[in-house]
Amino acid sequence: MERRDFVKKATLGVTAAIAGVHIVFADVMPKGYEPLLHQDPDPFKLFDKDKEMVVLNDKPWNIEAKAHLLDDRITPNKYMFVRNNGLIPENIDINSWTLTIDGESVKQKKTYTISDLKSKFKQYTYQLTLECGGNGRSEFDPPAKGNQWTVGAVSCAEWTGVRLRDVLEDAGIKDTAVYIGYHAADKHLSGDPDKEPISRGAPMRKALQDETLLAFKMNGEVIPLAHGYPLRLVAGGWPASVSGKWVNRISIRNKIHDGTKMTGTAYRVPCNPVAPGEKVKDEDMCIIESMPVKSLITYPKSGAIINKGKKLKIRGHAWAGELEVAKMEYSIDFGSTWIECSVEKPANRLAWQHFSATIDFPEKGYYEVWARATDTKGASQPMILPGWNPKGYLNNACHRIAVKVK
Amino acid sequence: MEKEEQFRYQVKTIYRIMVMVFSMVGLVTIAGIYLITDPTLSVFKETTETTPESLYVLNEEDEDKIENGIHLRTGLIEAEGLMEVVNNCTNCHSSKLVIQNRMNKERWIATIRWMQETQNLWDLGGNEEIIVNYLVTNYPPGKKGRREVLTNIEWYDLQE
Repeated sequence: MERRDFVKKATLGVTAAIAGVHIVFADVMPKGYEPLLHQDPDPFKLFDKDKEMVVLNDKPWNIEAKAHLLDDRITPNKYMFVRNNGLIPENIDINSWTLTIDGESVKQKKTYTISDLKSKFKQYTYQLTLECGGNGRSEFDPPAKGNQWTVGAVSCAEWTGVRLRDVLEDAGIKDTAVYIGYHAADKHLSGDPDKEPISRGAPMRKALQDETLLAFKMNGEVIPLAHGYPLRLVAGGWPASVSGKWVNRISIRNKIHDGTKMTGTAYRVPCNPVAPGEKVKDEDMCIIESMPVKSLITYPKSGAIINKGKKLKIRGHAWAGELEVAKMEYSIDFGSTWIECSVEKPANRLAWQHFSATIDFPEKGYYEVWARATDTKGASQPMILPGWNPKGYLNNACHRIAVKVK
Repeated sequence: MEKEEQFRYQVKTIYRIMVMVFSMVGLVTIAGIYLITDPTLSVFKETTETTPESLYVLNEEDEDKIENGIHLRTGLIEAEGLMEVVNNCTNCHSSKLVIQNRMNKERWIATIRWMQETQNLWDLGGNEEIIVNYLVTNYPPGKKGRREVLTNIEWYDLQE
């Protein structure tokens, strides 16, 4: 019986693979591109993600969490958002993987294997907040083009690696250095080998920070494939696109890096505020650096019904890009009154901070609990959408959950 | 007597095991020889396609199946221009990227130009108008204002 089943399944599998699937445009399909149908179509199994994660896009893979899934103090892989611009590289051999430091402003072009990096440089571990620049895009009006992230394109995992600064200094940085730009092994969606899906970077002052890592571990284990195995740049507090995955080359540039998605309107906002829907010229768009102050209520899940007289415990995380969160407040009356609540110090710079509160509701009825963080420079989250921008970046409007008291 | 019967029983058991082992070996050998001559199992191709287990395998007929006004393979709305969109807009990226977005005519055209200039999208010729019309008709921008009310709330009793 088992044998028969096995034969049946095997035959079916082989038949499906060779005969069943008709591919439109097979003749124009780039060589070496494996059609999606031939890959494992279940992203939850493929990337070891929780079933409640939301797939926004399957080519390239873009997957986000929901607020209540992000309740852990350190985000585990299963709840970590995936933002890809191209196709995930295949057949990675960690032993032959190399990182080259080059560019106009490198003193000596150098190449390192992963074990070189591990043995040559001191290792550091930090909790680092990574938020997609377009997190919250879905709320903008007029709508902005791109993946329609709601609230879940943010994570704070524990990253282990060597300092980018130590490696850059080992190769030598010329006085002319302005910016670093990464290059990686992911493939362009069109299959064109001459195109990079994304090649972004950061100014030297960010590249040289203590917390800017070339990481080879996430949460104590090798980095999962979807998150950049075997080597990833991690620059917490900045748009997560700065934290290049599958990195194999870093160029020390004598000008602002001009790789894919550094120019035009990508990861840029108008230098001066514009009216919703206004057209903005490329030269009037400025590169996003630090992400703005923001917070998320991760417990309870929106939609909680409680009995009158019962207190409601809430908790969540708050972060402020390069800065720290100085104050955390919540409101149950749509912002008429705000009540300050406790927020912990970050585990290290650029880690998100945990807040909690216990709420008393005066009457039965429908409530929304709104959370508002304020950073060390006094900037708070707006209750309405922040300044509109053509690409829908930097939505840090207050998060809220619905609660009913019966 | 008892011993004799026991012996006979044992012989029978061994005989049965031997028969099973030999037939297994025989079957594996036949299957092996068959696989060498026809590694793609092409003989079973037509028969398996008609069995119910293989229904999930997309064949040419199912590929563009429409159910409740939705093109199943891509999730796109069935309307004039659907196939032009499927054939030109889902090769590089997923249809999910199209479905998520809401733009007016001007911005859809700007998006097409951007893909042509930077993403290797080909000249759409006469299909461009059909595609843009499909997109603005079926995926038009809606008014969201400066902050929407919370919708689709899944209510539950909070146990603590």
